Amino acid sequence: MSEQTIDRGSVASIVQRFGARPEMLVQILQAIVTEHGWVSGDVIRQLADILNLSRADVHGVVEYYHDFRTEPPGSHIIKICQAEACQAMGSRDLTRHADSSVDSDTTLEPVYCLGNCACAPAVMVNGKTFGRVNAERFDTLIAAMRENSS
Amino acid sequence: MSVVKIFVPRETTSVSVGADEVALAIARQAKKNGASIQLIRNGSWGACWLEPLVEVEVDGTRIAYGNVDADDVPGLFDAGLLEGGAHDKCLGPTNEIDYLISQDRWTFWRCGLVEALSLEDFLAHQGFKALQKAWEVGADAVIDAVTASGLRGRGGAGFPAGIKWRTVADTDGDQKYVACNADEGDSGTFSDRMLMEGDPFGLIESMAIAAFAVGADKGYIYLRSEYPLTHTILSRAIETAREAGWLGANIQGSGFDFDIELHLGAGSYVCGEETAMLESLEGKKGIVRSKPPLPAIEGLFGKPTVVNNVVTLASVPNIVNLGGERYSSMGVNRSKGTLAFQLAGNIKRGGLVEKSFGITLRELIEDYGGGTASGRPVKAVQVGGPLGAYLPAGQLDTPLDYEAFVAVNAMVGHGGIVVFDDTADMAQQARFAMEFCAIESCGKCTPCRIGSTRGVEVIDKLIAGEQRDENYDLLIDLCDTMEGASLCAMGGMTPYPVRSILRHFADDFASGHK
Repeated sequence: MSEQTIDRGSVASIVQRFGARPEMLVQILQAIVTEHGWVSGDVIRQLADILNLSRADVHGVVEYYHDFRTEPPGSHIIKICQAEACQAMGSRDLTRHADSSVDSDTTLEPVYCLGNCACAPAVMVNGKTFGRVNAERFDTLIAAMRENSS
Repeated sequence: MSVVKIFVPRETTSVSVGADEVALAIARQAKKNGASIQLIRNGSWGACWLEPLVEVEVDGTRIAYGNVDADDVPGLFDAGLLEGGAHDKCLGPTNEIDYLISQDRWTFWRCGLVEALSLEDFLAHQGFKALQKAWEVGADAVIDAVTASGLRGRGGAGFPAGIKWRTVADTDGDQKYVACNADEGDSGTFSDRMLMEGDPFGLIESMAIAAFAVGADKGYIYLRSEYPLTHTILSRAIETAREAGWLGANIQGSGFDFDIELHLGAGSYVCGEETAMLESLEGKKGIVRSKPPLPAIEGLFGKPTVVNNVVTLASVPNIVNLGGERYSSMGVNRSKGTLAFQLAGNIKRGGLVEKSFGITLRELIEDYGGGTASGRPVKAVQVGGPLGAYLPAGQLDTPLDYEAFVAVNAMVGHGGIVVFDDTADMAQQARFAMEFCAIESCGKCTPCRIGSTRGVEVIDKLIAGEQRDENYDLLIDLCDTMEGASLCAMGGMTPYPVRSILRHFADDFASGHK
């Protein structure tokens, strides 16, 4: 388990933004992940309390969806599309290239289609989608990503 | 000097290859040159291979420049961009680009044409005309028109939309819903996204018409989280429509109430299945429901619900405006109207091509697509997403028609066409079909949950050449079980791509891929 924590006040205000409606659980979790990058065990307890759901219910939803990470991600998140259209344009090679070239502060995740299939392979860097990404362009994107964050 | 209109798409694909940087460079250069321009962010026309596609309006005609890079911008200005000047990247008038003008743009006609987030522009291009006509002719006449049009669900299942709407309208209920399925998860598809990014008000109008027709006052859009730009554009459009009185209570004084809530998915492919989507909209795990009851009878929160895909809904305004017969006069057999085909993967001129049903795969891939991007021969074409069959080059003359595809054990689905060249290892693609199912299975039924994992193992053994005959029989048996006993299309159709590969590309297993 991670020692990092997620601020309870922030979670409470996100829940309020959705009217504390239990049927908005997926939306609430999505907002938490957008803001904090992950969902902690403490967040699950807090959401269960506020929304009057069982902890198991909340846990089940968190576990079910790929987007809801239960560990904090790195400073950067890169998603490389692993679906067919990108496979047809070399995403498997690109993924091998990425695996061997990204730094440890970067979380590399698979994604199954970014809807950019006419300009494959597609890659998402910190929430922004890029198309026609070969190994060379990948390296350029990563360099730009580092420059932007420094 | 008068203000010159310059169009630069704000759409995921265009932006993914630099449209934002181009727009910024144009704004800067115009300022530097003291030129007076109006930068318009339209949607994409769908010619993805030309993106970023910049257009300049000269004497009422839009002149196109393709594959513009931010670095090209100073040179373009020097060449007289604002007067539509000649340049290597100039493609001439947009309305003379063959790829675009040869299409049958019924549903996507506003995409690329209008400023996506301008309500004014939407209204100037027949916006909300169909909704107003619906109010005039009444709900029954709208459903009759949709039925007469022969429109079938464009999400993949191909169920007649008119029958679905009639069922919801005829079902008693104090509360009914319209749920728009925008969880476009199939690889090789992006038509929903392009519609939402290029004509977001069009979707809002379409949902309002559906709601009016069936007696619903609330709509949901379930949008996949992989589309962040779509989310931004759609959120803004919904807000704008609400502020202008086109959503909310008593719309434009008509007495009709309707509002839309935009929900985000969370990376689950199965949530594109309608009942899993409803579960997710209720805040739960996206686990498939057993049918019956149909969502039209007991849908969202147990209420009668119209669940339609984005493109299905967006085809309706013109059906209301021009009549169902006009739509059904296009297409072939029981596949009426148009489909927005999406050319993807290893293809030279990828993009969205809206054509009447009946066009062949070859016409789409060769005439529109220009063959493979790599220039190598086409080996296989997967149509209809990860659950669709792979067709060999020998089947390229199959017409795009729901039933004609079923006849060759394939499916049209959502119209995604993914091309592979002769370097593709089809045994790996068969393995991936099972692997994807294992990753995405909701887990409710055993054939899908367990079968997919066993499928990967058996295919691995086949690839390794272990006990070939026994493992081949085992794989066929497994496919039979998944197909016959899964709850939904996830497990039920994963065998389609696998079997198609066994049928057409058995050599990729037999000899080991070279």
